[in-house]
Amino acid sequence: MSEQTSDLMLSTTHLTMRFGGLTAVSDFNLEIYKNEIVGLIGPNGAGKTTAFNVITGMYRPSEGKVLFRGRDITGMKPHSITSLGIARTFQNIRLFKEMSVLENVLVACHLSIDTGIFGATLHLPGYRARETEARRFSMELLEQVRLAHLAYEKGTSLPYGQQRRLEIVRALATKPKILLLDEPAAGMNPQESFELMDFIRKIRDEFDLTIFLIEHHMQVVMGVCERMYVLDYGVTIAHGDPASIQKNPKVIEAYLGVD
Amino acid sequence: MDTANQKKTIALPRNRLYSIIAIAAFVVFAFIADRFFDAFTLRVFNLCAIYIVLALSLNLLNGFTGLFSLGHAGFMAVGAYVSALLTMSPQLKEMNYFLVPIVPWLHNVTLPFLPALIIAGLVSAFVGFLIGAPVLRLRDDYLAIATLGFGEIIRVLITNAQSITNGAQGLKGLPRFSTTFAVWAVAGLTILFMVLLMRSSYGRAMKAVRDDELAAEAMGINVFRVKVTAFTVSSFWAGVGGALLGHMITTIDPKMFTFALTFNILLIVVLGGIGSISGSVISAVVVTILMEALRFLDEPMNLIVFKTEGMPGLRMVVFSILLMVMIIYRQKGLMGNAEFSWDMLGGLFVKKGRKGGDHV
Repeated sequence: MSEQTSDLMLSTTHLTMRFGGLTAVSDFNLEIYKNEIVGLIGPNGAGKTTAFNVITGMYRPSEGKVLFRGRDITGMKPHSITSLGIARTFQNIRLFKEMSVLENVLVACHLSIDTGIFGATLHLPGYRARETEARRFSMELLEQVRLAHLAYEKGTSLPYGQQRRLEIVRALATKPKILLLDEPAAGMNPQESFELMDFIRKIRDEFDLTIFLIEHHMQVVMGVCERMYVLDYGVTIAHGDPASIQKNPKVIEAYLGVD
Repeated sequence: MDTANQKKTIALPRNRLYSIIAIAAFVVFAFIADRFFDAFTLRVFNLCAIYIVLALSLNLLNGFTGLFSLGHAGFMAVGAYVSALLTMSPQLKEMNYFLVPIVPWLHNVTLPFLPALIIAGLVSAFVGFLIGAPVLRLRDDYLAIATLGFGEIIRVLITNAQSITNGAQGLKGLPRFSTTFAVWAVAGLTILFMVLLMRSSYGRAMKAVRDDELAAEAMGINVFRVKVTAFTVSSFWAGVGGALLGHMITTIDPKMFTFALTFNILLIVVLGGIGSISGSVISAVVVTILMEALRFLDEPMNLIVFKTEGMPGLRMVVFSILLMVMIIYRQKGLMGNAEFSWDMLGGLFVKKGRKGGDHV
């Protein structure tokens, strides 16, 4: 990936997030380049999800900046950040529980359909054309991830693994440039986890994406990530390629502890 | 699979035909009702339409967008007063405002019903927007309390703005514009509006906000804007419904628009199903009719064994019990968040038919 290093997608500088006396993330410096798959790992409570929440605008950082393709997005609203091309999934699946699989994906197309409430309610031609296009696009996405035959089922009635995939598809429907996955393999057995990692690599290639993912189990991400950052108690204790991370004594200490 | 698909393609035009027949039958029924019903029955029939408008507007908030709002009566009051002031003749206004004269700029305004009704809705929507913008930053119970408070504030303002609203004396002799045709036309329009809105991407965005605000925001939906939009639209229909109510009763005063009125509408929404258009419609009709039919409970009764003195409010006890039973046994209300369809009705009969067959 070295030839692409000039193409910086997402970066943070001195990112710090404090909650009262607790520093959840401190001085986090991230650099992600186009088409990379980068991992963020660390033990429970290391501040991984907090880092995600700050990047996607759910929290405003106490210090530091978030830059997306050179543009300062610190403190922007989550929906504006999504509209710029950063999509995310959640650690505990957050599907819209009363909606069908297709509707879940269509919600994510709202940005591209929105012609104002009057156009939408009156189903004016401009709105209808966009709605039809969004439906076609959503079905196409669902077909690509083999969920099309379940389009009219309730999203929350799907098996766990498919719900995970649906959440990723829903994020893809916002037409992102970078996809942030928060523990996509949580609750999966090793077999399913490895399948998921193949799936992630596949969507990266098909959708020309950059992927930043949180994972809790190191083994799972070793195969898929090209680089990774390791957090422990909010502090970046290591970053580099998987092989060097695996050998890093600090990482081993964080994961296994020392006597 | 194939047979199921075939069934569906046959069922679709058939269902459309059923719907057209049902609507036509209702229109004929409304004409007959308008001609032959006595004044009281006709009034109840028309009240059903007004409650449909009000229930749908509240359901848009409570059911579809997941905003627990209790300020509905306030917006109805705004609509009722605006429409009343715009349509009453100068002579009528002079008769009403005997304590403090009406402000000059309102004195000579007399508009026909339709523009007055639309302006009533728009003013109410504007008030809704002004209140919604700060209040919708709150959630759940806090939002409920804040909206309740603002509903009361509107009522107190109306009571005290003597030179505009005639204060606590209220307004008497409003033109009787709420004819059978007018109220049911508006009710039909409201139903159509709600169905179309909920089928659009905006309806989906509202439901997404209800189901999971955080996820909706992460999908690029401006949650705050969707909420304010829902609140404004809901206030519009509440204002229209309030105006219709005013022109039906022909007398309005601030005491009409207390929390009790909001509660009645909330009752309809909860019984019908939070997040169901057809549920609200059915429930509005049933509750309105029951409210009148159970009036005998409030009066002195002679039950042979013992006599009651007449307890005003006893019929509300019936509704309270109904509500409790519903909450315990069918939490999602009559329709849940499903919508009525002919197939559903058909399914009901088939089930019954099968059961009957077993007995034989």
